[in-house]
Amino acid sequence: MSGKPKLHYFNGRGRMESIRWLLAAAGVEFEECFLETKDDLTKLQKDGSLLFQQVPMVEIDGMKMAQSRAIGNYIAAKYNLYGKDLKERALIDMYVEAIIDLNELLMTHPFQPADKKEQHFATIVDKATNRYFPVYEKVLKDHGQDFLVGNRFSRADVQLLETILMAEECKPDILAKFPLLQSFKARISNIPTIKKFLQPGSQRKPPLQEKDVPKLMKIFH
Amino acid sequence: MAGKPKLHYTNGRGKMESIRWLLAAAGVEFEEEFIETKEDLEKLRNDGSLLFQQVPMVEIDGMKMVQTRAILSYIAAKYNLYGKDLKERAWIDMYVEGTTDLMGMIMYLPFQPADTKEKNLALIIERASSRYFPVYEKALKDHGHDYLVGNKLSWADIHLLEAILMAEECKPDILSAFPLLQAFKGRTSNIPTIKKFLQPGSQRKPPADEKFIANVRKIFNI
Repeated sequence: MSGKPKLHYFNGRGRMESIRWLLAAAGVEFEECFLETKDDLTKLQKDGSLLFQQVPMVEIDGMKMAQSRAIGNYIAAKYNLYGKDLKERALIDMYVEAIIDLNELLMTHPFQPADKKEQHFATIVDKATNRYFPVYEKVLKDHGQDFLVGNRFSRADVQLLETILMAEECKPDILAKFPLLQSFKARISNIPTIKKFLQPGSQRKPPLQEKDVPKLMKIFH
Repeated sequence: MAGKPKLHYTNGRGKMESIRWLLAAAGVEFEEEFIETKEDLEKLRNDGSLLFQQVPMVEIDGMKMVQTRAILSYIAAKYNLYGKDLKERAWIDMYVEGTTDLMGMIMYLPFQPADTKEKNLALIIERASSRYFPVYEKALKDHGHDYLVGNKLSWADIHLLEAILMAEECKPDILSAFPLLQAFKGRTSNIPTIKKFLQPGSQRKPPADEKFIANVRKIFNI
C-alpha cells in the first residue's frame, strides 16, 4: 500500500478536477479509483467510506476526506499554497470561491436541457468576461506581479489557470480583452509541475462529452 | 468610525446569517447596513465595494471581504474557532460543508416554484434525518466530548447549532432520533455569547416571510 493520496470519483472532471490540479501543481503523485457503475457508488456508501454518502472522496494522511472544498483547503495548506498569513489566505479564499462559482457554471453546461443550452452559454460568457476575469486582470495590473497573491505561487493561481482553460474550451477567444491574463496563462502553464500535468498522458481529465452524460446520470441519480 | 465589522446585506438571513452567528458566538460586536432597494445594491456595485458585484460583503480589518466562505474562514481563524492544526481544520471544514449543504437547501426553499415546495421540504427532512444528522450524532457518540472537534468549541459547533434550529423550524421534532444532538443543542445554546444571540432583540434574523422574499426577488432580479 502506497502513501499516495487516493482519489475516488468517476473518470471525468466534475468536482474532483480542481483537486487533481492542486495535487499535480504541488508535485504530489496520486492514485485514482474510478466509479463506473451505480454499484460502485453504493459499495462505497455501504462500507462507510463516504462521510455524507457523496464523492469526491480522497484518502489522504489516514483520513477519508469528503467535500471538495475541505479537501482543497487541506492540500493547499499542507503544500504551502495558501499564503503566509490570515490576510493572504483571505484573499486566496475570495479569489478561489469566485472561481468555483464560474467553474460551477462551466461544469453544469453539458447537463442543461437542449432548450436552455444557448442561454446558459451566453450566461457563462457574460459572467466570465464581465464579472470574473476583469477582477483578476485588475489584480495583476495593480500589483504588477507574476502571481495573484503575495508575490508567490498559490492555490489561487492554479485554480485560475484551470478555469481559464475550461472557459477557452467554451469560447477560444474568451481572453481577447485580457492581456495580463493571457500572459498569466502562459507563465503559469510553464511551471514545471503544471507543464507536466498539461501534457497528454497525465491524470488531467478531458471535457465531458454529451454521450457520457447518460452514463453519469445513471451512477448519480 | 468604529472598528467593528460592518455587514452589508438585506435585512434577513440568507447567506449572511452564518456570519452573524459566528461573530456573535465569538463575542464580536458588529454593525449592519441593510440593502432595502435595487438602488442600494447598485450604489454598492458602482462605488466598487463589491469585488464580484455580490453580497454578502463584510468590512473587516481594512478589507471589504466578499464570498461567504472566505469571510467565515477568516473570522473562524481570527477568533480561534478553527481548530489547533491542519487535521482539526480538515474535520471542521468537512462538518461545516455538510451543514452548509443542508442549510442551503432550507434557504432556497422559499424560492422554489410553488408546486415543488412540498417535495423539496420532504427532501430536506429526509436528508437531515438520514444523511447529515446521523454523521454529527455519530461524531459526538464516538468521542463522547461536548464539541465536534478537538474537545473545544469551534466553527463546526456553531454552524451545527444554526442548522439544527433551522431544521426544527421545518419540522419541530426533527431531532427525535438523535439524543446526543438534543443534548448538544441544549449545551451549545447555553454558551453565554450564543445564549445572548438567541434572545429577542439580538441581531439574529427571523425566517423569511412572503413580503421579504418578494423584496429580495426585486432587488436581485431573481
